[in-house]
Amino acid sequence: MTEPAAANVVEIEGVSKSFRTGVTALQEVALDIRAGEFISLIGPSGCGKSTLLRIVGDLIQPTSGSVTVNGKTAHQARLDHDYGIVFQDAVLYDWRTVARNVSLPLEMLGWDRARRRARVAEMLELVELTGFESSRPWQLSGGMQQRVSIARALSFDPPLLLMDEPFGALDEMTRERLNMELLRIWDKAGSTVVFVTHSIPEAVFLSTRVVVMSARPGRIAGVVDVDLEQPRTIDTREDARFFELITTVRETLAAGHGGDASRAGAAEERF
Amino acid sequence: MFAIGIGLWQGLTAAFHVQTFLLPRPSDIAQSFWDNKGSLWHAGLYTLKEALGGFAIGGSLGILVALLLARFRTVGAALMPFAIAANAIPIIAFAPITNNWFGLLNPISKMVIAAVLCFFPTMINTLRGLITVSPSSIELMRSYAGGEIETFRRVRIPNSLPFMFTGLKIAAVLSMIGAIVGEYFGGPTNALGVSILNDSQLFNFPRAWAGIILASAFGIGLYALVAAVEHATTSWHPSSRSVYTE
Repeated sequence: MTEPAAANVVEIEGVSKSFRTGVTALQEVALDIRAGEFISLIGPSGCGKSTLLRIVGDLIQPTSGSVTVNGKTAHQARLDHDYGIVFQDAVLYDWRTVARNVSLPLEMLGWDRARRRARVAEMLELVELTGFESSRPWQLSGGMQQRVSIARALSFDPPLLLMDEPFGALDEMTRERLNMELLRIWDKAGSTVVFVTHSIPEAVFLSTRVVVMSARPGRIAGVVDVDLEQPRTIDTREDARFFELITTVRETLAAGHGGDASRAGAAEERF
Repeated sequence: MFAIGIGLWQGLTAAFHVQTFLLPRPSDIAQSFWDNKGSLWHAGLYTLKEALGGFAIGGSLGILVALLLARFRTVGAALMPFAIAANAIPIIAFAPITNNWFGLLNPISKMVIAAVLCFFPTMINTLRGLITVSPSSIELMRSYAGGEIETFRRVRIPNSLPFMFTGLKIAAVLSMIGAIVGEYFGGPTNALGVSILNDSQLFNFPRAWAGIILASAFGIGLYALVAAVEHATTSWHPSSRSVYTE
């Protein structure tokens, strides 16, 4: 994983995606993501933000356009284990203990037992779940499960972390705490993050840039640079600039919504 | 509860002077079992062997076919009607045919009956477990560059185990029934089904009942055996949940 500090980790060029149902999920999306950035994709349902995330992760193919990850095709990047993915549900396997869930990608990468054990201990410490190694996923709360999922995604040091509404199913307090934790982990791990969310405050609080998308067809309505001081703290949420940026994002969303707001359709965002 | 049931059975059959050929008293059945324990036990073991053979054949074929159907979905869709047709075979009508195919005294003829009965519940449940996997589980394996075989090994097969055991538990009981049904259409005299048939034709109902109870006991025993294996191998299954809080 050797990339120059300011190199583009992800280059998205003219990506469109139409589904067989005739729905255009994405139209001519272009976006560059630099190393170490924390990018949020935000927009209404059906704007294709999860689709875009999956195209970057080579989980679905764009109809046209190209995605380059670390100078390679998205497909090659996936084969090279460049992605750590966190979904809205933690996707932990009940037949594996917490420790063995975290070590799953390491097993698939062929790490030996001793190395796996050391890394799992390190990761569980990072997400503050030391002591839960031999617990089963279903014994943990939703927030704890999602932390296990994050530990698993980061366990093999992927250069790119893709997160699809990871805290969407959690209550507000847990979500805010996990936001803080995620930033701490991001700071330590130094990976690039693409984060899909429905929550404007969450996007502004976490990101270095917020990519605002609009629906039908899904496209980028605007990109908001978040110039809040790093590292973000609890006080960031009280900052006047924080509220200004929230307003900017909201206005960009409203502008992007524009005249199509009345055009109700059944665009499928996920497949 | 069980004891109360037996007690009621005993009490009521005695109180209303129920004829032995209608429903013998438990004490008569127990007496008959004791008197014939050697031959009954022998017959039971013989039939149990047939049942076990059928269970092994039908169960493993069921698992194998489920794996193939889950892996090759289009082939699966084409083969499914045949599997359903196999399940719809009236097994009693089929018994004389397998006796004819493999020979009346050949235990394989009974194993085939048991195997046909065991196949479908095992196959259909295992298949369900193999394909009811969340899409994000599959995407996760893909994101780790895991291929089809790896996805089966690490996600689909472990996910299917509780389903598979549900099928195998049903199959375990059916295997004993299948073997007995097969023997009803002829078999060696030392087989339990033949013995029950002969006893009832000779009006030796307590002995016939003893045979039936022995057959059920073996069926329950097989079920318990599968349940024990299930417990040992899928202890991860969240059947008894204790939840930590943050």
